[in-house]
Amino acid sequence: MAVAEQAAEEVVTTPVRRRKRSFRPRYPAWLTTPSFLYYAIFFLGPMAILVAFSLATQRGFGGLSYGFDLTQYRLIGNSLYVTIFVRTLVMASIGTVLTIAVGYPLAYWMARYLTTYKMLALLLVVVPFWTSFLIRTYALKIILDPNGYLARDLGINILYTRYAVAVGLVYNYLPLFILPVFASLERMDWTLIEAATDLGARPFAAFREITLRLTLPGVLTGALLVFIPMTGEYIIPNILSGGNYELVGNVIGDQFNQAQNQPFGSALSITLMAALSVFVIVYIVFARKEERFGG
Amino acid sequence: MARPVKAKHGFTAWAVLVFAFLYLPILVMAIFAFNKPSAAALATYHGSNVCSIPPDQIGNITVWNGFTSCWFSAGLHDPTYIPAIVVSLQIAAEASIIATLLGLCAALALARMKPRFRAPFDVLVYLTLVVPEIVIAVASLIFFVQARNHFPAFPALGKGTILLGQVVFNASLAMLIIRARFVGMGDALEEAAYDLGSGPLATFRQITLPRLMPAIVAAALLSFTFSFDDYILPVFTNGTTNTWPIVLYSAVRFGLTPAVNALATIMLGATVLAVTVTAIILRRSRVQAAPGQEQTAGFGIAVGLR
Repeated sequence: MAVAEQAAEEVVTTPVRRRKRSFRPRYPAWLTTPSFLYYAIFFLGPMAILVAFSLATQRGFGGLSYGFDLTQYRLIGNSLYVTIFVRTLVMASIGTVLTIAVGYPLAYWMARYLTTYKMLALLLVVVPFWTSFLIRTYALKIILDPNGYLARDLGINILYTRYAVAVGLVYNYLPLFILPVFASLERMDWTLIEAATDLGARPFAAFREITLRLTLPGVLTGALLVFIPMTGEYIIPNILSGGNYELVGNVIGDQFNQAQNQPFGSALSITLMAALSVFVIVYIVFARKEERFGG
Repeated sequence: MARPVKAKHGFTAWAVLVFAFLYLPILVMAIFAFNKPSAAALATYHGSNVCSIPPDQIGNITVWNGFTSCWFSAGLHDPTYIPAIVVSLQIAAEASIIATLLGLCAALALARMKPRFRAPFDVLVYLTLVVPEIVIAVASLIFFVQARNHFPAFPALGKGTILLGQVVFNASLAMLIIRARFVGMGDALEEAAYDLGSGPLATFRQITLPRLMPAIVAAALLSFTFSFDDYILPVFTNGTTNTWPIVLYSAVRFGLTPAVNALATIMLGATVLAVTVTAIILRRSRVQAAPGQEQTAGFGIAVGLR
């Protein structure tokens, strides 16, 4: 009887495409209610207040009146903050490109040449990702210390500069990039490469025309996965540049910690999210296109 | 035939370099947890316990000065670090349980929901992962302050607010991990159970839950470590509560001591052990994800678990 009811419901909800199977176990939709309510209160709530704050007018120290005041957004047009936004996007782009350059060959090596030790290599890549971000950044700081061996004996004295920030970005985000790229390389059919070389393609041409094209979606996913948190990075510039090279995340933090200019910090946050959403939308459009034309 | 072999060696060399880059700093940190204060400091504080020399007096400790293991006991008896670690463990345990329960419920319903109903919820979930943490942190700060101003029952900034904030991100993570496995499992066994007359609750308890267990464990463990290691959200919403990353951060910014290395090494070791054990358990009971599921499982893949 229950089965018959379920089947009837199936027919009502999908009148056009009839399924071959008339029955499918489902869990009730209300199970999403607890997390939906949670997100509504503790995620959408804060985001709404952030928007309200960014449009509010500052009255004296800490006082606010809500309204539709675009002053804070006009202040961002100030050359100082434009510089910081540009610097953040440039730094995140450099970090992403470096991560690709370092990570892609490693993922390629794991997928193409490893057999027995493939899982071990994967585990070695994953383990740093699970460990504390802060501890890893701290570990990097010890190595880069001006009194340490690298600076004293090899002359690599880059702590408290933007180079240290770039190294820190690659160091911390490498695992996050390698995993999706490795997954897409794992799905590669390597006989295609054999076929191409048999037909006279040089190895690099075969790589460019086949491997690179087939793994491009994975590379883009990985690039986006690291680019987004890099633009909002807070810990790495703070620790590795010692405040000499602030990114927009640090400036946002300062508005709430030291400057107590919460409307301006809110406006900066909204602007950062708007800038990021451009990249996400471009990615989604690209992914759709890839889906339509590619495999 | 010589060419591919050469290429392979080149890639292997590169891989060795990258792994050295990933692990050398951590290794150096662990080794320097056994480092003595500089010779000058040892001469000044001659006769006293090496590890009781104040942090600003220990001199250059980023070069090797000699072996001592006393930093471990110094770190473990430190009056600031240990209470902070206890607070962090407590918050992480609570966040992990709540987030896994929320994520499990949502994953069960969403996995087999029609795409047009699922999409809005998915957008919300991805938003919680895509919005930079610093933005979530400052937004949560002003939200919690306003909530407290308007509703006195709302917890003041402290452990409670850190927990409330952290559950958002972790619930999304848990949902994606559990859902990826749930979708990969297929519904054949559940269907069989229904056909054999088992009710929804019995089917869930006897079929679905045991098969989902590895993903649930992974989600809980990952939430735990992410919450335990989280710095940005807690530092804005902590009030006067100190968590382990917060005290570690101030130690890192204002003077290094090997005691910090020692504690960080212990924490790192504990994490690596827990992760390795979980990875082994999961590999034993691995279910292959269905083809085409990779995109949804994006974050699951990102954390190395499908």
